Amino acid sequence: MGRYLLRRFATNAILVMIAASLAYMLAATTMNPRGAYEGRQPPVAEAVVDATLDEYNLNDKTPVFQRYVTWASGVVTGDFGRTWNGGSVNEEMGRRIGVSLRLLFIGTVVGFVLGVGLGAYSAVRQYRFSDRLIGVGSFVIMAIPVFVLATLLAIATYSLNRGLGFTLIEYTGEYNPKLSGWDQFFNRLNHLILPTISLSLGSIAFYSRIQRNMMLDVLNQDFVRTAMAKGLRRRTALFKHALRTALIPAATYFAFAFGTMLTGATFTEKIFAWHGMGAWLVDSINQNDVNAVAAVSLFASLCVLVASFLSDLLVAALDPRVRVN
Amino acid sequence: MSILEVRDLTVTFPGDIQAVRGVSYEVSRGEVLGIVGESGSGKSVTSLAVMGLLPQNAEVSGSVMLHGQELVGVDESELTRVRGKSISMIFQDPLSAFTPVYTIGDQIAEAVRVHQKLGKDKAAQRAVELLDLVGIPHPNVRAKAFPHEFSGGMRQRAMIAMAIANDPDLLICDEPTTALDVTIQAQVLEVLKTAQRETGAGIVMITHDLGVIAGMADRVLVMYAGKPVEQGAVDDIYYRPRMPYTMGLLASIPRIDGAEGPLVPIEGTPPSPAALPPGCPFAPRCPMRIDVCEEEEPPLVAIGGGRQVACLRSNEIEYKGLTGEDVFPVPDIPPSEVVRVPRDERATVLELTDLVRHFPLMKGAVFKRRVGTVHAVDGISFDIAEGETLALVGESGCGKTTTLQQIMQLAAPQSGRVVVLGRDSAQLDRSARKALRADLQIVFQDPMAALDPRMPVGDIIAEPLRAHGHTNVKGRVAELLELVGLAPEYAARYPQHFSGGQRQRIGIARALALDPKLLVLDEPVSALDVSIQAGVVNLLEELKNTLGLSYLFVAHDLAVVRHLADRVAVMYLGRIAEIGAVENVYDRPAHPYTQALLSAIPLPDPEMERTRKRILLEGDLPSPADPPSGCRFRTRCPKFARLGEAERQRCVDEEPRVDRLANAVDHGAACHYAEQIEVIPASEDQEEK
Repeated sequence: MGRYLLRRFATNAILVMIAASLAYMLAATTMNPRGAYEGRQPPVAEAVVDATLDEYNLNDKTPVFQRYVTWASGVVTGDFGRTWNGGSVNEEMGRRIGVSLRLLFIGTVVGFVLGVGLGAYSAVRQYRFSDRLIGVGSFVIMAIPVFVLATLLAIATYSLNRGLGFTLIEYTGEYNPKLSGWDQFFNRLNHLILPTISLSLGSIAFYSRIQRNMMLDVLNQDFVRTAMAKGLRRRTALFKHALRTALIPAATYFAFAFGTMLTGATFTEKIFAWHGMGAWLVDSINQNDVNAVAAVSLFASLCVLVASFLSDLLVAALDPRVRVN
Repeated sequence: MSILEVRDLTVTFPGDIQAVRGVSYEVSRGEVLGIVGESGSGKSVTSLAVMGLLPQNAEVSGSVMLHGQELVGVDESELTRVRGKSISMIFQDPLSAFTPVYTIGDQIAEAVRVHQKLGKDKAAQRAVELLDLVGIPHPNVRAKAFPHEFSGGMRQRAMIAMAIANDPDLLICDEPTTALDVTIQAQVLEVLKTAQRETGAGIVMITHDLGVIAGMADRVLVMYAGKPVEQGAVDDIYYRPRMPYTMGLLASIPRIDGAEGPLVPIEGTPPSPAALPPGCPFAPRCPMRIDVCEEEEPPLVAIGGGRQVACLRSNEIEYKGLTGEDVFPVPDIPPSEVVRVPRDERATVLELTDLVRHFPLMKGAVFKRRVGTVHAVDGISFDIAEGETLALVGESGCGKTTTLQQIMQLAAPQSGRVVVLGRDSAQLDRSARKALRADLQIVFQDPMAALDPRMPVGDIIAEPLRAHGHTNVKGRVAELLELVGLAPEYAARYPQHFSGGQRQRIGIARALALDPKLLVLDEPVSALDVSIQAGVVNLLEELKNTLGLSYLFVAHDLAVVRHLADRVAVMYLGRIAEIGAVENVYDRPAHPYTQALLSAIPLPDPEMERTRKRILLEGDLPSPADPPSGCRFRTRCPKFARLGEAERQRCVDEEPRVDRLANAVDHGAACHYAEQIEVIPASEDQEEK
């Protein structure tokens, strides 16, 4: 089992390398950092621009492969290079990574737990009103793009706050820098509410649909009946035997769902004015910032592959048939 | 005193589907009540209703009294106190009846802890004891195994262990051995008897297998269309049935003890529970019906001797001493022309010589490497003469299906030779192979899965004709439908409109479309109910005789084989253990495996079942990836166990070949110490001959 996971881990590491390299190549060939220096008044001499770009490893006159080698050897030692105007990508990333991870982690956990719970409940109540309500709700949410959803949420909160006359739920920013101590902590939590909702609603809808199907498959299985025949209550049998077994397939979707989550995070950060990795990606594309784009891409691929590794772990933990072989 | 008393139990599902319509019975301590009936007769629903395990949309009325306590309509907490404690249930399919993600030991311990205040380790200890009781070797190790690591027979033993964990007063067994092979079935039935002795519980045994009931039950309840139609002591029901349905059911079973002549089929199919006929539900299929039968449903009335019958003409049946053979029309099957020619002078339609099929056992996800070999078929030889039926029998995993696949592929085998109608399969080119396929057709086991649900029946049958470029397809389809006993108008309907037996007939019509010479039948009747099965078996026999077909018949039901086959080959772990004419192999089996197999089959005859001695085999089939050296059967062989040290050595070192037995024309066995013995008691009708 340990060897199996180790092998999966090695494959994942190679995949991260390939994904990051491709992302760098794409950014380096299509973006034009020179543009930022060319249109200036007074004009900057070409030699000066070249020298600056060379220093940041952004000069389009250097062959792309050579730039890639420079970039890659930096990345291997932990140096992600410079931004378009000479700032350190590492420093910027250090500031932003925690912001994004907090959002992604909470969003994923909330989405998975609530989605699986709603799906299982919906299956048990098949064709009842609550099942239909959850079903319709899920499809409506899945049909709304995350940026529309986030905007709608922000507008609704704004009107709510105005109606109440004070700010019940924060709808912009990450925290209030004027506060300190516990106040600061609760303020951070308050700021988290809206982005978390907008980010996890999609995955709640997604997981609930999957889990409902899995659960329905399992509900008619003989072993649930056996559990009740032993003398377990229906609720216990459903929870301990049915849901436990039906969780296995949902865990494999974990990796896939994480990709959508990253996309969602980009919009959510932008809309709620969080300075995370997603917002940075949008900004750096606007600024033709090759190294920053490459760094965010690397971060994203790392996240996806960690998620897939976690889903392997989860499946192995849940399913003895995988573990024993 | 009775433990369980069921009164007027009815179960209705949404859409006014009356699955159970008034069932009453009692079970006393230590008594075994057998409930028989075909699929859809309501026998399983009845027992689930007793347990309160039906889906919530089922409407249950009537009364179920357990030790005088009412169970119908009580709330869940009262039911959970009874379930698994006073009443336990054993389900049909032991694979799906265990939760795949918990160990067997944990699941049994859970059953213990639900009802007894025991610590975790004490309960685990008790689980190990229970596994030991039901005969699981190394119970303390096996308790930590997951369900998928158990074989089918072992799982059913574990299921029994779980059911008796709390010393129940009543065990409900719902088709407990239907999913198992015969030798394993014999083991499990023994375990069930042990369990009953240990707990002194009453047993409700639900099954469609009249042989199992004959050996186990004290009393029998026969169900039809959701209602009991006859009830009484086991001997009365089997020897003196008073209701035409019971009579037909008993007459339709093929007998392993060699009664000849066509089987007695019951025409038609059971009524749908959503659309019951107004009178007696059996009337449309009953040859004894009179006008009154179609007007009013006859009630179940006591006729003395603790018996109850629901038939208006039961007195007449008793008075005249009628049996199923007297009442039901027996079809007349014309004899075969071909068999008059001696076997040696007939052409050989199929010949296998040392056929081998090994599958590599691979490991690894990206870089696969070979870690072993599954010896699925390991050198088998047999031949089929024109107009002959050879049956290939054996338990799951013995290589029957692989052999079929190798023949049907019409390609060069890994080793050995397959000669179909005089043509070596290794030397066929594409067009010759296609042409030969017309002469070699197959009928599949599952008639539900073998027909495309989105294709009209006419097109299904026409497909092989079109593929081989025939014209006048329509006329031929009509002809074929008539040949298998279906109306030509059915060509426009879809498979879903047909019952299982009718679908199997459609499958046979498709196989016959191209006028084949050799038909491969892969368990053609094992998915059908007995009364339907008889009709299909008769049809196969008739077709063989009138069309001069040869059959290669694969089956695990040895009674059907005896009825249909001329010769039989018994397979064990990829090898042939015994081969020969049916009379020779069945009446004087020489290989210890054949002897055990035949003795394991329950006979639908209570008297014989009680007096019969069984040869029980130990353990499960060894893995075909690692077959024992020498004789493959020696690890389970009762004879090997009795041999002296020097004699045993030969079994370990030398693999026996199929040798012809000295005193028989067509009988060979692969055993160093072959010795013919009789294991099936001869039936009366054979003694008369």
